[in-house]
Amino acid sequence: MIMNNVVVWAEHRDNKLVPVSLELINKAKELAGRIQGDVAAILTGHQCGHLAEILIHHGASRVFLMEDPRLVFYQSDLYPKLIADLLTALSPEIVLIGGTSIGADLSPRIAAKMKTGLTAHCVNLYIENIDGRNQLIQVVPGWSGNMLIKIICPKRRPQMATVRPGVMEAGAPDLSRSGDIIPIKPEISDQEIKARTIEFVREAPEDVSLTDAGIIVSGGFGLGSAGGFTLIQELAAVIHGEVAGTRPAFDRGWIPESKMIGQSGKTVKPRLFISIGASGATHYTTGFLKSKTIVAIDRNPRAPIFGVADLGIVGDFREIVPCLLEKLKQDIEKKLSEEKEINHV
Amino acid sequence: MPLNIVVCIKQVPDPEFFDKITLDSSTGTIQRNAVPVITNPLDRHALEEALRIREKFGGSVTAVTMGPLQARKSLDDALAMGADRGVLLCDQTFAGADTLATACVLSGGIRFLGPFDLIICGNETADGATAQVPAQLAEMLDTPHVTSVRKIDLSEDGSKALVERMVEDGFLRVELVLPAVIAVLKNINTYRLPTVMGIMEASGKEILELHCPACESVGIDLGDLGSRGSPTRFAGIFEAQQVRTVEMISGEPKDIVVTLIKKLHHLDAL
Repeated sequence: MIMNNVVVWAEHRDNKLVPVSLELINKAKELAGRIQGDVAAILTGHQCGHLAEILIHHGASRVFLMEDPRLVFYQSDLYPKLIADLLTALSPEIVLIGGTSIGADLSPRIAAKMKTGLTAHCVNLYIENIDGRNQLIQVVPGWSGNMLIKIICPKRRPQMATVRPGVMEAGAPDLSRSGDIIPIKPEISDQEIKARTIEFVREAPEDVSLTDAGIIVSGGFGLGSAGGFTLIQELAAVIHGEVAGTRPAFDRGWIPESKMIGQSGKTVKPRLFISIGASGATHYTTGFLKSKTIVAIDRNPRAPIFGVADLGIVGDFREIVPCLLEKLKQDIEKKLSEEKEINHV
Repeated sequence: MPLNIVVCIKQVPDPEFFDKITLDSSTGTIQRNAVPVITNPLDRHALEEALRIREKFGGSVTAVTMGPLQARKSLDDALAMGADRGVLLCDQTFAGADTLATACVLSGGIRFLGPFDLIICGNETADGATAQVPAQLAEMLDTPHVTSVRKIDLSEDGSKALVERMVEDGFLRVELVLPAVIAVLKNINTYRLPTVMGIMEASGKEILELHCPACESVGIDLGDLGSRGSPTRFAGIFEAQQVRTVEMISGEPKDIVVTLIKKLHHLDAL
């Protein structure tokens, strides 16, 4: 048994791996390379074995496959127990889990069972040798300005981390790669089950509008009220962008959770990101740093948001945004009338 | 059947002042002296849900928090909202706890208080937002757990809960045998505000302070608490690489927007 392995719990939905699973496999490959280990994946569910090949093509050397009809839905009793038992047998160095709704439920219970550390919502992961031992550096946003914090789990193993979707990048599959698919019989005793998921009710497809957006207009606490968001919405509509916001904006109920940008929300990389009325805590800025062009509008000239922007405007959004809207609308009308003239000619 | 409910609450820095929080770069500890504290907003939803269950089934609601003496303020708020008693888990040994060590202290306090039927938590706190403590607490109390809950229905005899647990594209319906730990989302309810009467009544209610011996008496190893019991460690702080140089646009708003639009077109951003 290779001890230095990096294990990824591969989540799937609707018969497909969720993208974060492949993003983590790619990161696991890089980390395993640094510690002379290999990558293993754990697949749990019912009739999900066909996904194992995809994990292998992306870099898993082994896929542990636990299938059972009772695992068709996520079970908060069974999943942590079965996975923790398997991990105990594998004794990996590192375990990575996607910071999805289910991953965030599963990972802490596994960590508690294994009495080990877990760092949520990491924005970067890499290996550093500290006092002669390879440690997983788990990077999370710091509070002030542009700071990032390194967390380690120095003594206990595995080192566990969750990463939100879109933070890491998936690699290209190599269809010639081969690996082992190892079926594991899940040991389930029905009497032990005290939490039982009985059905899944679909309400709406996952909101991925931000993931694919070319332009995002994002508002923060500085907007003062949900009314401030009306202006943001209007601006977004005029430039064909999507509306988003910070965690404080979500906490206030101004935006739904699916529109929250940052460490514990969405990571986006649009062509244009406009941030309005947000001071720029690293928890927030880490979610849009990879955007092509970033514009920041805030009242406070010393706000850290200007440290991550390409273009900055100090001022009251109530003055700037209406002015911007007016000019944009004028431009559109001008363009339309020019087009009309051309058509007449 | 009356239910004994525990609600876990946490005092957090007010999100309105997050930009005032700084870090001590030598220890990685958060310096938040200048920042006012509030009860974690989601925990108020947790408390509200507990109060509604008590109104229907009878029983008691105990608000539990781990923190310094100042955290009594959050317990006062909970009592004013209608909790029957508050419990402050306060000890130097508890300091520096990560989520695992925090869950351990909470489990010790809750075991010390005696049998309970239901533990309700906010799904996450506004400061760390790790959402890890509820599931870890359940593991230490050896109960089932469910997080991201937006609806709780209890069976008439109070032995089971049927909950709706949100996922990215819908929800899971989960049946739990009590006692259980349930972590709730903000859309589960609209919480009540304390009334003047509530505040007056609160002053007559008990806040119990528990320390290390309470945890030890229920079999918790002191080595599992605080920074000693925390598997994770702070390992340094660094400044994010600055890859952009900001160009400030100043002037009158109407001139600013003209420049901005021109530049955005030039960058192919609009």
